[in-house]
Amino acid sequence: MAVAAPLALGGCDFFPTYGASRGATQQGHDTFKLYSGMMTTGIVIGGLVGLLILWTLLRYRRRSEEMPRQFHENIPIEVLYTVIPVLIVAGLFVFTVLTENNVDATVPMNATLTASGKPVVDIRVTAFQWGWRFDYTGLNVGVAGETTNGPDNHGPQMVVPVGQKVQITLVSDDVIHGFYVRDFNFSRYALPGVTNVFDLDVLNTGTYSGQCTQICGLYHSEMLFSVRSVSPTAFRLWASAEVRAGHTLVRSGSSTSNNPPLDTHVTPSNAIAPPSLVKGSA
Amino acid sequence: MTTTVEPPELITPEEPDGPDGHAPGTHGGHDEHAHHQGPTGILNWITSTDHKVIGKSYMITSLVLFFIAGIMALVIRVQLADPTSSLVSFQTYNELFTMHGSLMLYLFAGPFAFGGLANYIVPLQVGAPDMAFPRLNALSYWLYLGGSITMLSGFLVAGGAASYGWVAYAPLSNAINSPGAGADLWLMALGLTGFSAIFTGVNLAATIFYLRAPGMTMFRVPIFSWNMLVTGILILIAFPVLFGAVVMLFCDRHFGTHIFTVQGGGVPVLWQHLFWFFGHPEVYILALPYFGMVTDIFPVFSRKPLFGYKGMVFATMSIAALSTGVWAHHMFTTGVVLLPFFSLLSYLIAVPTGIKFFNWIGTMWGGQLSFQTPMLFSIGFLFAFLMGGVTGVLLASPPVDFMTHDTYFVVAHFHQVLIGTSVFAGFAGFYFWYPKMFGRMLRDNLGKWHFWALFVGFWLTFMPQYLVGLYGMPRRVADYLPSNGWTGLNVLSTIGAFVIGASFLFFLVNLWVSWRDPIAAGDNPWDGGGLEWFTSSPPPHHNYTHLPPIRSERPTWDYNHPEHRTIHTGQPVPVPADASDGKETVGAN
Repeated sequence: MAVAAPLALGGCDFFPTYGASRGATQQGHDTFKLYSGMMTTGIVIGGLVGLLILWTLLRYRRRSEEMPRQFHENIPIEVLYTVIPVLIVAGLFVFTVLTENNVDATVPMNATLTASGKPVVDIRVTAFQWGWRFDYTGLNVGVAGETTNGPDNHGPQMVVPVGQKVQITLVSDDVIHGFYVRDFNFSRYALPGVTNVFDLDVLNTGTYSGQCTQICGLYHSEMLFSVRSVSPTAFRLWASAEVRAGHTLVRSGSSTSNNPPLDTHVTPSNAIAPPSLVKGSA
Repeated sequence: MTTTVEPPELITPEEPDGPDGHAPGTHGGHDEHAHHQGPTGILNWITSTDHKVIGKSYMITSLVLFFIAGIMALVIRVQLADPTSSLVSFQTYNELFTMHGSLMLYLFAGPFAFGGLANYIVPLQVGAPDMAFPRLNALSYWLYLGGSITMLSGFLVAGGAASYGWVAYAPLSNAINSPGAGADLWLMALGLTGFSAIFTGVNLAATIFYLRAPGMTMFRVPIFSWNMLVTGILILIAFPVLFGAVVMLFCDRHFGTHIFTVQGGGVPVLWQHLFWFFGHPEVYILALPYFGMVTDIFPVFSRKPLFGYKGMVFATMSIAALSTGVWAHHMFTTGVVLLPFFSLLSYLIAVPTGIKFFNWIGTMWGGQLSFQTPMLFSIGFLFAFLMGGVTGVLLASPPVDFMTHDTYFVVAHFHQVLIGTSVFAGFAGFYFWYPKMFGRMLRDNLGKWHFWALFVGFWLTFMPQYLVGLYGMPRRVADYLPSNGWTGLNVLSTIGAFVIGASFLFFLVNLWVSWRDPIAAGDNPWDGGGLEWFTSSPPPHHNYTHLPPIRSERPTWDYNHPEHRTIHTGQPVPVPADASDGKETVGAN
């Protein structure tokens, strides 16, 4: 679980969490509000229907051998319980589309500033069997890590600045993977042959765990990563330290190789097991 | 109550002129012309084209597969109860969840309903002597049995069974990523059982369209048979697409085509489109038969006619129609589908489903409810499907799908839907029609134990899964970090799974007791209204020697309770004293 500090988002306590994260990104928070609202609606409607069933069961349990009245339709009521659900789902659909437009909004690719003047950080995320590569195309930084067995496995880490726009370009080297960060309330497939682009506006500093969600073969469950959000200043320092350490882009674009290059950077806390060891052990 | 009106005369199918003197109450019976000519024993079983024999074979086979898949689920649950468990290897784990899903969806939930119960009950409900194409029906069963063995045999080959999940997404399912023969056997099994389903779909549709008894107009067909008709048509829409996709994937694997590989100019996501164009109608192929079962059960245990019969028929048709336009809601996170369109259509399915819910409540409303085992299971279905349905509406929203896709939230959702239908409603149907099929009762007290254990286990298993999904646990993972904090919820879920497993011990004991110490069921133990309750239990070879006049969807009720007979005006209508109905209905079709 992410070790993110509890988010202090003003005015949002109105929305019960129902087990979900309040969202560590602006997009994730919008999604959370939609989820919370829909869950409240669902609990109210589902609860009413459930109570109606229970009441019917108790009220009309067999208490005599008297034959009940043999009615089998009531057109006004039938029309009513057709029209009301249509109105409810129409309402849900409107909120869905409004939220979806926010979540899916992206700045143009290769833009360096948003319309409101925020800097844009481009990260090309490549999923592969079994690990992740994070290429900061504008900063010449490349981070990658393979998965390992065992409780120390946390995968590679993607570092992002808070308060800036992060544009992710998501690709896959081999099979379909799922890029998923629980606290971002978001997932997207890394789909071979498709380039998926989405934006993240991370709201607070913290570390958020992520994981592949789409079955991708033997080590699917080990395909972890994390996202650390830092201040823009700390982000610049981190990037230049990475460059000095030689963790730069080793190539551009995605590769179709099943084997990621071994000269990419591994964060010290997540030592890579030799690929032969990882892939050979079943 | 006192019978104030004489029951109308019976129709004899062989001699439509009038009754032939059989005493009322033995409307089937093993008289000499009902005897089956031909081989006996196992040869009789193998060569049989009787829909009742084939239906029972289907049910027994699919229940065996259900128990095998259930045991796989228990292994999966034990593995997940401990975050770092090494009970099974990653490879075995991937094979287990793939085969659990494949067996449950392809080989149990569908075949149990449309090959098993429907095969047995639909010809009885519409008053037909057999299915329209009895030999095709036999071919369906043997293809199904062969396909099931083919799929299971994956465990015996080098490399193990298929391990890419029941959806077999390309390119994970191609020859590079899944080189084993288990994957090929899985594809062949889909081909075989797919054709089995197509043939059964043709048979059901033809039987209901063409073999209805005199007087049974389409709006007098019981809802179970109506739903089987719509299911049959959905099968004809969906399964050929699956077969096409399977052939394409097989060609990719063996003949060097590159339909689903990027490197050869193919499109991996095409598999998902083809698969889900099958897969979402398939969800309703799995659901509609079970809706039909409870729709036939609620009126019987409420002693009332179905509320909103025509609304029910139109709701079924709208669900079927909408189900062909919602496939991409399984693909919201691919980033390559038009989200609002598929979202809106998915939302709309909630409307006809809601109509069904209120019709079921309306059926019970004002009734005299008795809570025998079939009714209990039907009520269990209502609550399970209510929960699965509400979470389904959430998942129709793309942003909510983004946050929960491929997590245990979705796992919990579809298990509640599918267990609600194929297990709660399926066993409701099994307990309901078992007396008709075997002429003996299942014990009600053991049935109630079965129900309550299942009900408790069901909620204990799947409610924690919603939560652990919201906490971030993805599906199809063999292990997780102890620091994830998912362990407690998984332990609860595993305990629940074993309670579910234990509940089926009551079921097996019930079968055994019913076999060893039979209680005769009689023709109509529940005072049911459908035509199937008019004949003997079990029915004779060609089902009926006599038919009652069919003036509503519950002709047996009308015959047994002439003073409470109804036509669709909302008021009881007395039968004319001269009982001329019989003659009117002959040839009305």
